[in-house]
Amino acid sequence: MIADQLPALQIVIPMLAAPLCVLAKRPLACWVIALVANVLVVITAWSMFLQVRSDGVIRYELGGWAAPTGIEYYVDMMNATMLLLVSFISCVVLVYAYKSVNKSVITAKHYLFYAAWMLCLTGLLGMCITGDAFNVFVFLEISSLSMYMLIAFGNDKRALTASFRYLIMGSIGASFILIGIGFLYAATGALNMVDLAQRIPDAESERAVLVAFSFLTIGLMIKSAVFPLHGWLANAYQHSPIAVTAFLAGTATKVSLYVLLRFFFSIFGPNYSFGAMLLNVVLLPAAVAGFVLLSLVAIFQTDLRRMLAYSSVAQIGYIIAAFCLASQSGLTAGIVHIINHGIIKTALFMSVGCILYRVGHTHSPSLDNLFHKMPLTCIAFILSGLGLIGVPLTVGFVSKFSLISASMERGWWMVGALVLLSSLFAILYIGRVVEIMLFRKARNPVPVPIGRSEAPLMMLIPMYVLIGVSIWFGVSGSTTLAVASEAAAALLGGYQ
Amino acid sequence: MNPLWTLVPPLLVIPFIIYFGERRRNLREASIIVAGLALLGINDRIYSSVLSGQVVESGELSILANFSLRLSAEPMGVLFGLLASFLWIVTTVYSIGYMRGHDEKNQTRFYCCFALAIACVMGAAYADNLLTLFVAYEAITLSTFPLVTHAGNDASRKAGRLYLLLLMCGSIGLFLPAVIWIATAAGTLDFVAGGILADAGLSKGAVGILLALCVFGVGKAAVMPMHRWLPAAMVAPTPVSALLHAVAVVKTGVFTILKVVTYTFGIDMISTTGVASYILPFVAFTVVASSLIAFTKDNLKARLAYSTISQLSYIVMAALLATTMSVTGGALHIVMHAFGKITLFFCAGAIMVSLHKTQISDLDGMGRRMPITMICFFIGALGIIGLPPASGVWSKLLIAGGSLEAGNAIWIGVLMLSTLLNIAYLLPIPLRAFFKPPKEPQPEGWTEAPFPSLWAITVTATACVLLFFFPQPLINLLGLIQWR
Repeated sequence: MIADQLPALQIVIPMLAAPLCVLAKRPLACWVIALVANVLVVITAWSMFLQVRSDGVIRYELGGWAAPTGIEYYVDMMNATMLLLVSFISCVVLVYAYKSVNKSVITAKHYLFYAAWMLCLTGLLGMCITGDAFNVFVFLEISSLSMYMLIAFGNDKRALTASFRYLIMGSIGASFILIGIGFLYAATGALNMVDLAQRIPDAESERAVLVAFSFLTIGLMIKSAVFPLHGWLANAYQHSPIAVTAFLAGTATKVSLYVLLRFFFSIFGPNYSFGAMLLNVVLLPAAVAGFVLLSLVAIFQTDLRRMLAYSSVAQIGYIIAAFCLASQSGLTAGIVHIINHGIIKTALFMSVGCILYRVGHTHSPSLDNLFHKMPLTCIAFILSGLGLIGVPLTVGFVSKFSLISASMERGWWMVGALVLLSSLFAILYIGRVVEIMLFRKARNPVPVPIGRSEAPLMMLIPMYVLIGVSIWFGVSGSTTLAVASEAAAALLGGYQ
Repeated sequence: MNPLWTLVPPLLVIPFIIYFGERRRNLREASIIVAGLALLGINDRIYSSVLSGQVVESGELSILANFSLRLSAEPMGVLFGLLASFLWIVTTVYSIGYMRGHDEKNQTRFYCCFALAIACVMGAAYADNLLTLFVAYEAITLSTFPLVTHAGNDASRKAGRLYLLLLMCGSIGLFLPAVIWIATAAGTLDFVAGGILADAGLSKGAVGILLALCVFGVGKAAVMPMHRWLPAAMVAPTPVSALLHAVAVVKTGVFTILKVVTYTFGIDMISTTGVASYILPFVAFTVVASSLIAFTKDNLKARLAYSTISQLSYIVMAALLATTMSVTGGALHIVMHAFGKITLFFCAGAIMVSLHKTQISDLDGMGRRMPITMICFFIGALGIIGLPPASGVWSKLLIAGGSLEAGNAIWIGVLMLSTLLNIAYLLPIPLRAFFKPPKEPQPEGWTEAPFPSLWAITVTATACVLLFFFPQPLINLLGLIQWR
């Protein structure tokens, strides 16, 4: 019985947890409520994932209303994977957040923080699960509004401007998406994605569809922070509470990338998007410039969070470049990198959070000899940093190997070469920090205090859980590659 | 015997090293020696199974959709594994004397990283496919990084930066694209007798570019211009320079090239397409130029480092000549050079510990204070030069023969020129130690290195001589290589 209602539960549980948090008000109680809800969400996502993997697509009519009238949830391998990824990362970071938030957010506002977190999770999961184009926008707004709030919780005044800047950019992006969906509705009279996918081929030369396509492209590029529309991301990541950064880095942009995939591959179809509309002519240069330039920019950052933020934009570039290949192997590489990068970047931000917790700043040149003070945190940073570089046996290697061989298959040698070039930049920006942590003697005005003081276990354990997962996915990359390849097949195969 | 066992002793000993730590350092070092003996035993078992023609391989771990990690034993790998495990024991004994005599800090970390590096070397030696070899190759770079930067001062940090940058940039920027290219073209990365690229339909130019990517991308082989890291890495403690930067790490580089030439390209493909003739001049240049640079170095370890670069290029040259004789000679030279060069480095370290001298010009008359060390240095130098009664002569003969077989005698000229240069920059060191009067009055009597170090030096020097008289087992083993 309950197994049939899983798609609804996926959304309803976190959505109900939010008002409960507001009612409970006491920080610990709110955290427990949020955590329990999140664990349930992970279980739901996991069982749906298994179900989809064995039995195929789940179609769920919300409230019993059939598709054109009501909203349909549509779960195939692609979004089952996304649901699992998002809920898992959120759950791990939520465990981690308790200590970190205690230190950085005023106690009186904790209940709002957890409520916003739950709403944001609801929005992200909703964007993944829904099969209705307008519903995507609704959930996008839920997640965005709560995200602006979460970012503004940062204890730095700059968090407010960062949040406001994101609000402006995010609203532009969201309205573009809304306009796009509106035009699609005008041209086809459908909002359900399956219907849209059927009707667009008849209307594909209509001006409304062309306009919709362009609005959606720009809107989604803003939301997923594709270079050069990534301006909001660095400030938002740097100034929001670190737990929020870790959460967003692993989920928010990834979900937008998923929506982009859904629109361009399932609804418009790869032949239309990448064939007739020449999407790769627009996206590929942006993606390649993104991963080369922003890896380069990351080298010169002195704030760890900002450095990782730029690195995130670069990684999004890899993913977009992989999408542009529009082939089975390219999509597989892109999806596997969504998973892999989500995990390592979250782990990296968590380790930076541990540093912030004990040292009080993330100014990398002042982290001399941090290794002697926080060895476990530094090891975590190094391990996930190696993953970012793409050293063999880490997840980064699996992603980059797939991406490069997919682009060679297509004959895009330059892309492969530039991916490698940007990996070399990654060696530089990670290596620079590691060198300071390991070797440099204190000589800065604000040196790290002497003596061993590791971050609390409540922060270390979730971080190492993620690193364990990343090592597992790195050593047996065929597991994630198999999932990603099924997801890619689901996307390329279109709606059944 | 499953080759995975070779990873067990060096990895298993790490917790013991950490547990015993600085407080019970005798136990710590004893545990490493036990692990070393166990590893040697395992390698010996593998050796005898390979001799008797059994298939020695492990299960596989699939890290990418079509490619997996897998270990298996083949003659070159067995030889390399035996070499590294034997010298690990000797070097550990040597380190006991050296590290304590030199009051090095963080010895526990040192031994841990050392054991880790040895485990990675085993992975490289028994790699069954190019992916495994690549993974082990990268792991060696990372695990030896803390050893290079061991001293923690500015010089070692700079050296570490150069080390990581050149090796990683080479491997990720050049070698990895080659690996991926091979994977896309051939659909497999396995090491197969006769190579996998014959049917891949690559043009001659593509084969040439691939080969160049491999030769220059494998920075550990130190072919110019990728050689700069090696002299810089000499800031590491001498046991590291001795085992890693004369044997394990650099030999992994040339070993990789030998394996790629034999089992990925196949020697026939290289000799029929003739692409190697575009790369050989670079290698020959390295042989001669680094010998010349070695001349100018007054620092003993720096001179030895440049000598290593030149000797490594012999092996690369042997690989690129791509005849059965030259590749056999190259593989043999891995062993022969290893014993000679490790002896020289051990001696350099002993001199540093006992006399606190690092410059060659300060060694006048020191033969009287360290006669055993200096005699061993002499033997090691003979081994490197390739003069009887020391080991290097056989491998040089084979490489020279291979050059004739390949129909190009010019490379013999390069070898001989470099041999002459070897004589000129190595032999004066023991000669001036024995025959020149000391610059300052010296105290009477011997000041040899601590006993463990002295033992290690004599073992490797003796091995140099023994290998001259009994090279046959090694040649027999290499005779089992399947070329086609």
